[in-house]
Amino acid sequence: MSGEPQSSRPNLRLGLWLPLLVFAGLFALFVHGLTNPADSNVPSAFVGNPLPQFDLSAATTDRPGLATRAFRTGKPKLLNVFASWCVPCAAEAPQLAALAQAGVEVDGVAIHDKPDDLARFLASNGNPYAAIGRDDRRVVQIAIGSSGVPETYVIDGRGVIRYQHIGDIRPEDVPTLLARVKAAQGGGA
Amino acid sequence: MRAVLAVLLLLFAAPLVAQESVPPAPYAYRQLDNPAQEARAKALMVTLRCVMCQSQSIADSDAPIAGDMRSEVRTRIAEGEDPEHIRQWLIARYGDYVTYAPQVKPITWPLFAAPLVILVVAAVLLRGRFARGARPGDGDTA
Repeated sequence: MSGEPQSSRPNLRLGLWLPLLVFAGLFALFVHGLTNPADSNVPSAFVGNPLPQFDLSAATTDRPGLATRAFRTGKPKLLNVFASWCVPCAAEAPQLAALAQAGVEVDGVAIHDKPDDLARFLASNGNPYAAIGRDDRRVVQIAIGSSGVPETYVIDGRGVIRYQHIGDIRPEDVPTLLARVKAAQGGGA
Repeated sequence: MRAVLAVLLLLFAAPLVAQESVPPAPYAYRQLDNPAQEARAKALMVTLRCVMCQSQSIADSDAPIAGDMRSEVRTRIAEGEDPEHIRQWLIARYGDYVTYAPQVKPITWPLFAAPLVILVVAAVLLRGRFARGARPGDGDTA
C-alpha cells in the first residue's frame, strides 16, 4: 500500500484506529480472563449413561464389595469415589454420615487404598458406607469419567448416573444431593 | 561401624517403604512387549490430556491417575483396539477436554476452515496486486 497516493482519507483514518480497537478488544478479553479464572474441574461427560459393568472386590473386611448389579435395586443411591490418603475425603465424612442418616444408601469406591489404611481411615472418620469396592487401578473411576477424589455420583434405581458432585461435600451441598436423590427416585422408578 | 550405618539407613528407609501404597497398574510404567503396539499406544498417549495435571499429556504426567490411564490405554491396544476408538471412549467420559487432537465438530469448524479461508483471501488479494502491477496505468488512477 506504500505506493498508493493519499487518495482514500476516510479509509486511512479507520486504518489508524484499527490497531487501537484490536488492542482494546484484547485488553478486555485478558481482563475478563484474569478476573474469571477458568473452572479447572473436569466434569464427567458420562452423566446420563448407565453405570459400566464392574465387579470390585471388598476393600474392607466388614463391608461387601461393589458391583454394577447393586445399583439396579430400584432405589437411588450415592456412589462415593474416595481414598484414605485424600484429605478432603476426611472433611466430607460428616456430610456423608448425614446423608446416610437421612436414609440414602452410600456405596464407596476406594481408590489405590490398602486395607489397613482404609480400616484406620474408617475407624477415625466413621463408616457411612453400605459397601466398599476396591479399585486399585482406577478402572471404575476412569470408566465413569471421574478425574479425582472425592467425587460423588447420584445413581438412580436402574443404575443410570444422574448427577455428579466434584470435590468434598460441604454442609451446604447436602440439601442439593438429597434433592437430586429424590429426583432420581421420581424419574428412575 | 559399617553395619551400624547400614542398620541406621534401613531404619530411615522404612518410612519410605510405608509411603509406597498399592503397586501401580501393570502398564503404568511398563511398555508393551510388542514394539509396534507400544508405538501405537505412545502416539495416542501423547495426545491424551491428563485430567489431574491438566497441562501434560498422560504420556508425560507422573500423576497416579495418568499412570492408570496409560495402563488402560496400553491394555486396550494390546487387545487390538483401535486407538481412535479408545480416544472416543475417553471423550465419552471426560469430554473433548481429554484430547489434545481437536475433533471435527460444529464448534471446531472455524479451526479447520480458517486456513482455507486465509488462502482464498490471500489469493484474491495477490491476484489484485499482480493484475495492477501488470498494467500500471489502471491501478494508480483511483
